[in-house]
Amino acid sequence: MLSIKNLHANVEDKNIIKGLSLEVKPGEVHAIMGPNGSGKSTFGYVLSGRDGYEVTDGEVVFDEKNILELEADERAKEGLFLAFQYPVEIPGVSNMEFLKASIDATRAHQGKEPYDAVAFMKLAREKCKAVNLDQDFLKRGVNEGFSGGEKKRNEIMQMMLLEPKLCILDETDSGLDIDALQVVADGVNACRNSDRSFIVVTHYQRLLDYIVPDYVHVLSDGKIIKSGGKELAHELEEKGYSWINQL
Amino acid sequence: MSEAEVIDQYVKTEYEAGFVTDIESETLPPGLTEEVIRFISNKKKEPQWLLEWRLKAFESFQKMQEPEWAHLNYPKIDLADVSFYSAPKSIDDAPKSLDEVDPELIETYNKLGIPLHEQEILAGVAVDVVFDSVSVATTFKEKLAEAGVIFCPISEAVHSHPELVKKYLGSVVPQKDNYFAGLNSAVFSDGSFVYIPKGVRCPMELSTYFRINEAKTGQFERTLIIADEGSYVSYLEGCTAPMRDENQLHAAVVELVALGDAEIKYSTVQNWYPGDEEGKGGIYNFVTKRGVCHNNAKISWTQVETGSAITWKYPSVVLRGDNSIGEFYSVALTRNFQQADTGTKMIHLGKNTKSTIVSKGISAGKSQNAYRGLVRMSPRADGARNYTQCDSLLIGDRCGAHTFPYIESKHPNAIVEHEATTSKVSEDQLFLCQQRGIDAEKAVSMIVNGFCKEVFKELPMEFAVEAGKLLEVSLEGSVG
Repeated sequence: MLSIKNLHANVEDKNIIKGLSLEVKPGEVHAIMGPNGSGKSTFGYVLSGRDGYEVTDGEVVFDEKNILELEADERAKEGLFLAFQYPVEIPGVSNMEFLKASIDATRAHQGKEPYDAVAFMKLAREKCKAVNLDQDFLKRGVNEGFSGGEKKRNEIMQMMLLEPKLCILDETDSGLDIDALQVVADGVNACRNSDRSFIVVTHYQRLLDYIVPDYVHVLSDGKIIKSGGKELAHELEEKGYSWINQL
Repeated sequence: MSEAEVIDQYVKTEYEAGFVTDIESETLPPGLTEEVIRFISNKKKEPQWLLEWRLKAFESFQKMQEPEWAHLNYPKIDLADVSFYSAPKSIDDAPKSLDEVDPELIETYNKLGIPLHEQEILAGVAVDVVFDSVSVATTFKEKLAEAGVIFCPISEAVHSHPELVKKYLGSVVPQKDNYFAGLNSAVFSDGSFVYIPKGVRCPMELSTYFRINEAKTGQFERTLIIADEGSYVSYLEGCTAPMRDENQLHAAVVELVALGDAEIKYSTVQNWYPGDEEGKGGIYNFVTKRGVCHNNAKISWTQVETGSAITWKYPSVVLRGDNSIGEFYSVALTRNFQQADTGTKMIHLGKNTKSTIVSKGISAGKSQNAYRGLVRMSPRADGARNYTQCDSLLIGDRCGAHTFPYIESKHPNAIVEHEATTSKVSEDQLFLCQQRGIDAEKAVSMIVNGFCKEVFKELPMEFAVEAGKLLEVSLEGSVG
């Protein structure tokens, strides 16, 4: 599904990712944990091809394609999805319009016709319901005036709609109370299947009680310095990030 | 200056400008003199009073200076180089088919989804077959006549309805109002005349489109719309197709008169040639648009400005009557080296008058985009209210957005609100769209259209769709 070998990446000429390697098989959930400034968010942006994140070495093969050659929108259309830590507002563009444009772009890439408007409406309403969002919200501007929780649920809703192959969740738990966290986690868990993989980037172990990973990796200074099963997250929580410096 | 001296000066100027054209000729040499005005008036077989009206305008125009306060930078226009009259091109000079028209222009037409026969009209192709649009126009005219609505070229109205033209021409924008209005008053070419009788709701939207096959309006367009008591009209000006013109200087005047309880909705989509990518060529568009509202009347201006190298335009409303309402909704998009200084004036004279201003400026490339607005509350404007919202959106980091709001409140209980924002199409927004599979160009157009939504919803449905499409086409290549 995803194979990263010796990845090096710069942001504004500063080396942030320094030789990261990771293998993700279909259906697996990998958690990436690490302290602030370890390169967690950068990792998500590099994978999804954000402008200004320059890969200087290494390779990333996603679904048998070298995606480092592709633009961000092309990677998205290949089935790579990033759920943002801080989703931005796009005033005046309704969620409905945005989602339709998004799903149709992916469909066009797959050689399919645009979604029928009525059928799409029905689908979008269903997904809203699944993440406990009022249907009204489809008419509102993208993330416009949404609470932190609504923004995160919106991200998960988009993920459910687009049915990507690989989902990267960037600190999806930040700013969520327990109830909202439960809703988000339920959404994610509902999407889990034997073909779809997840990379869950998080600072805290808490999220991993809800979205239980197959593997946990510790990221420090742009490299994975320790990998293990889900128990590694608990160990990290107990001992704190200072512990890894002694590893 | 004595009269003799004035005349003497005219004669002298004529001589210097090499005025040798015989009166029967179809095109005048460059330069503006009294002779030129007499020639134009004569060509149009105008009555004496209109000639005198033009001459009076010319007299005051000569004492005026070109305004320099606008946030615009362009080489001064030398009127000695401008030709003020040219007859429509002969059919032999026109392109014979679309194959002879600039392919770039055709490509834009296609992107905008303009049907073939309309493309031919727009590109000035010499065609003499009967179009659908002609028969549509005929039915259209019959329907209007039934309602008693007068809709014709102003040059025609001068002859068919002289009492109305005489009464209202210059009543909203006087001849000496400003430099460009003065110029227009002296030499105006043609334009629309509309009269809606008392209590009549105009049965359809009036569009300049239906006048395309009639006389070319030329560079000094003059429009006069009168909505009599209790009537309603929606008027659409311009079209989304790019318009080219060999005349660089354009100075139009539009006057709206909304009598008691009347309502005028005036929508514009302006897409004059903006010049090339280096900023060469392009139309200079200096427009004076103003309406006056009597008791309980309403005037609403909606404009989408994407063209012209220079835009100088402030559609205004004089809220003379009590309880009258003025609105201004504007989208102005500039790119490459375009410059726009546009906005509105809301002059509150009557009691309980209300005005709303929503201005959206979008700047891309190396363009400069300024909003300039005046809200004036007179001492008599008891209970008057204004709300102004002025938003600017920047694309890239080499363009500029400027806001110049002027507020003059001479009434203690008048309420004036002004909100202004400036934002950039952020990398975050672009990336969010791209991460959802939407390519950068489409993303920018989506973000910009969202930004303009409040204005687009004021446009008649069809126009709004076209305007959205126009922005999309205009923004092509502005990412990156």
